[in-house]
Amino acid sequence: MRKSVCAALLASSCLAFGSAEAQVTSVKIGVLNDQSGLYKDLSGPGGVDAVRMAIEDMGGAIGGAKIELVSADHQNKADIGSQIASQWYDQDHVDVIMDVPSSGVALAVAGVAGAKHKIAIFSGPGSSDITGSKCTPTTIHWTYDTYALARGTGSSITKGGGTSWFFITADYAFGQALERDTEKVVLENGGKVAGKVRVPLNTADFSSFLLQAQGSGAKVIGLANAGGDTITSIKQAAEFGITQGGQTLAGMLIFISDINALGLKTAQGLQLTESFYWDQNDETRAWSKRFFERNKYEPTMAQAGLYGAAMHYLKAVKAVNSTDSDKVMAEMRKTPVNDFMTKNGQVREDGKVVRDMYLFQVKKPEESKGPWDYYKLVREIPAAEVTRPLSESECPLVKKG
Amino acid sequence: MTMLATPHPVSRRPATQRLLLVALLLLAIAAPALIYPVALMKVLCFALFACAFNLLLGYVGLLSFGHAAFFGWASYVTAHAAKVWGWPPELAILLGTAAATGLGVVFGGLAIRRQGIYFAMVTLALAQMLFFVALEASFTHGEDGIQGVPRGMFLGFIDLGQPYVMYYFVLAIFLLGFGLIYRVIHSPFGQVLQAIRENEPRAISLGYRVDQYKLVAFTLSAGLAGLAGSTKALVFQIASLTDVEWQTSGEVVLMTLIGGVGTAFGPVVGAAIWVFIETYLSEFGSWVTVIQGVVFVIVVLTFRRGVVGELSALLRKRGK
Amino acid sequence: MATFFGVPYPALFGQLLLGLINGAFYAMLSLGLAVIFGLLNIINFAHGALYMMGAFAAWLLLSQLGIGYWPALVLSPLIIGLFGILLERTLVHRIYKLDPLYGLLLTFGLALIIEGVFRNYYGVSGQSYDAIPDLLRGGVNLGFMFLPLYRGWVIVASLIICFATWYAIERTRLGAYLRAATENPALVQAFGINVPRMITLTYALGVALAALAGVLAAPILHVTPIMGSNIIIVVFAVVVIGGMGSIMGAVVSGFGLGIIEGLTKVFWPEASNTVIFVIMAIVLLIRPAGLFGRA
Repeated sequence: MRKSVCAALLASSCLAFGSAEAQVTSVKIGVLNDQSGLYKDLSGPGGVDAVRMAIEDMGGAIGGAKIELVSADHQNKADIGSQIASQWYDQDHVDVIMDVPSSGVALAVAGVAGAKHKIAIFSGPGSSDITGSKCTPTTIHWTYDTYALARGTGSSITKGGGTSWFFITADYAFGQALERDTEKVVLENGGKVAGKVRVPLNTADFSSFLLQAQGSGAKVIGLANAGGDTITSIKQAAEFGITQGGQTLAGMLIFISDINALGLKTAQGLQLTESFYWDQNDETRAWSKRFFERNKYEPTMAQAGLYGAAMHYLKAVKAVNSTDSDKVMAEMRKTPVNDFMTKNGQVREDGKVVRDMYLFQVKKPEESKGPWDYYKLVREIPAAEVTRPLSESECPLVKKG
Repeated sequence: MTMLATPHPVSRRPATQRLLLVALLLLAIAAPALIYPVALMKVLCFALFACAFNLLLGYVGLLSFGHAAFFGWASYVTAHAAKVWGWPPELAILLGTAAATGLGVVFGGLAIRRQGIYFAMVTLALAQMLFFVALEASFTHGEDGIQGVPRGMFLGFIDLGQPYVMYYFVLAIFLLGFGLIYRVIHSPFGQVLQAIRENEPRAISLGYRVDQYKLVAFTLSAGLAGLAGSTKALVFQIASLTDVEWQTSGEVVLMTLIGGVGTAFGPVVGAAIWVFIETYLSEFGSWVTVIQGVVFVIVVLTFRRGVVGELSALLRKRGK
Repeated sequence: MATFFGVPYPALFGQLLLGLINGAFYAMLSLGLAVIFGLLNIINFAHGALYMMGAFAAWLLLSQLGIGYWPALVLSPLIIGLFGILLERTLVHRIYKLDPLYGLLLTFGLALIIEGVFRNYYGVSGQSYDAIPDLLRGGVNLGFMFLPLYRGWVIVASLIICFATWYAIERTRLGAYLRAATENPALVQAFGINVPRMITLTYALGVALAALAGVLAAPILHVTPIMGSNIIIVVFAVVVIGGMGSIMGAVVSGFGLGIIEGLTKVFWPEASNTVIFVIMAIVLLIRPAGLFGRA
């Protein structure tokens, strides 16, 4: 009698243990981004809301399990970001961390995710090292990267006559990666680099660096920075008469939120590479309208990307009925990405989402028909052109040859 | 400068003190079951940092406004040794501590030529110089810091990757450091330090080589701050610019004052309060800084002896 | 092109001029600190936060009440000066009798509180203050660089303010009362002068100077809650180098160090941040009273 009870108990506990993996008991998404600093507007609270929209569109639950959302501000500091990530994964049962703009923080979080074999999907950061030398089996780089920006904006400007460059670079992982990738493109297209200067993140006064750039005589001043830094550099360049002097400003990473802060008068003519614009087609307009009603501003590509990433993740969890990292990652890789923003995108083995990008130019004030009508499309750049081929990849997960 | 720390006589009731110590120790051993181990380890690291700082402020009477230099420098050295050179944790920590001690000799040698506010300013200036070295040096990776520092295998076989194991490792280090400070405070050497704090000219006239005492105390304080920093690098597996910022130097001053300057346990209590405010009120965002500031202002204006100082004064009054 | 140790002259002059502009801010801020320390013996760590409040007051005046730049130059220091009076009457005066390091600690706590409150409402990303009056818009081509008029105005304004403050304290009767009141309060009180009021006024003056620097900075830099903590440590260095109680010292070393910083940027850009602290350490070790201070 005893033995059979024991056996039954043993069997049922095995079953329970076994079936625990094939049933979703809870799903928790953690959005980690900059909610108060220089990158607040490119994702920030809007990004959190984009994920919330995805959760709502999934019905708020998978099976019987409610989908939970938590968010935190990493203040662009790698130590704060990695501490939150560790606590979320270890203590708070977060299944996936999303966004993480500021590549230094993203790389730290990727390290944590890789060590704990948990999933992280990056939308905000740019460094191509996330899918290069620092790739892991459980991280995905969703929206854009420095390689694409270099191939998009960089080659367009160089081919258009900008043959000498001076870089003003934000001195951390993102800026350095962007400078490196863009320099390569400039050199490949027959240009040269007249000089570089590294600037601390969140610099308030670019005047001495702009003066150096002016003195170098380079045709193009490449701004390898983002968010508040880009806005400041462009504003101060106008103040110091740099563009009047004949030099072109190349904002290597610009979001629509930056254009909104600068105003069309200052920003007109700037070329930029993005993976999304709210006014591209009916689908983008429809989703952006929803976003606008909730947040009162048009979404950036990072925010739109967060929605897409969250949907892709949740659909994968639903399909495999589990939050197990390997199963969900396999499903996400297997399934093509199709939403209002991405057509036939694919999550590659190094974690890069292969997608088309678009080269835009900022309209002149007289060309704009209303608020947020900022971009005109210059050309659509096919995915193959803006994605680093696997043969050149430094990712150890990529099997070559 | 004698006003800043109130003299704290050694308790006349060793039995109760011993009981208290044992109780605290038991609590420390059981704590990770109740509280997230990483938060506890943060408390321990900062408590050691504050205790080291307090050695200088509470017992010698020297306010250093650049102590983060030792904390952060050790953190970077340990992180580099563990990650790039693959050193085992105990050697990486030893190297970090040694680096901080060396830095302490250099900075201390320069700073102790001055007193009071000028001493504080010298330490600030030197710490800022170190900050910019950390910003520019290639091995520190500037804004990104040294990430992914492996915790490694202690003595070759104890895996510090396990949170509970790491916790007891950090607890052991803390007890070692704290024990050392406690012994120093209650030793003849410690008595001389306090004499220097109370009345330096008299100490000199009694024949003590005051400068040498100060330098030794400074170096000891720097080295132990470095020990805290080295351990922290392995706990969080990252070394970053935050560790060498002047704001961190300011934080350790705040912690120590809130807990009680010139008491053995004050800095520990102060660090615990500080970290817990930060950890458990983090959802309030920037209000945390405001709360910390308010607590600090109240302490400076009214409870200058800090939590532990005020408590023991109260107990002594009751005892009478 | 003629060069100076390998650096073309236009580049050199350009960076020197930019350094002078930075120096203008250092001078004004260290002036306020020197006034407060020199006369009250308090190291006002909250100075950076008050500078930030000055900039925010100007921004708020513009965004909430539509009040522009010129009025803000007067109103902001007045408002923040009043706030300074409040701080002094309620908190700061309690620590006069204590070790000066308590002043440092108290004001450090105050800085944390002020900065934290503003951070909570405004984040750290910075607000744009686009209120440069038309008179100061645009710039002039100096040949070696294009100088925005507003930045030139900053240098001029700073020089005027520094001179005016120095004159007020060293050469007027009110200044004499202030200096006397802080040197020997009992005696001066015996003469019938309201010493506590003098002291409060002195603190308010220092605070107002910080706020004024904030208004001047607002159109150039982001108006952000952390703008104070970014600059306060450098200003401390300037004050120490000039001599902690010396007004002349603060002004001279403020401008001087700005220029030295600019020069360093030309030859060794990475060291430009450190050079001020190296000088600070050297001064402290050789002549702690500073270049102009009395020991």
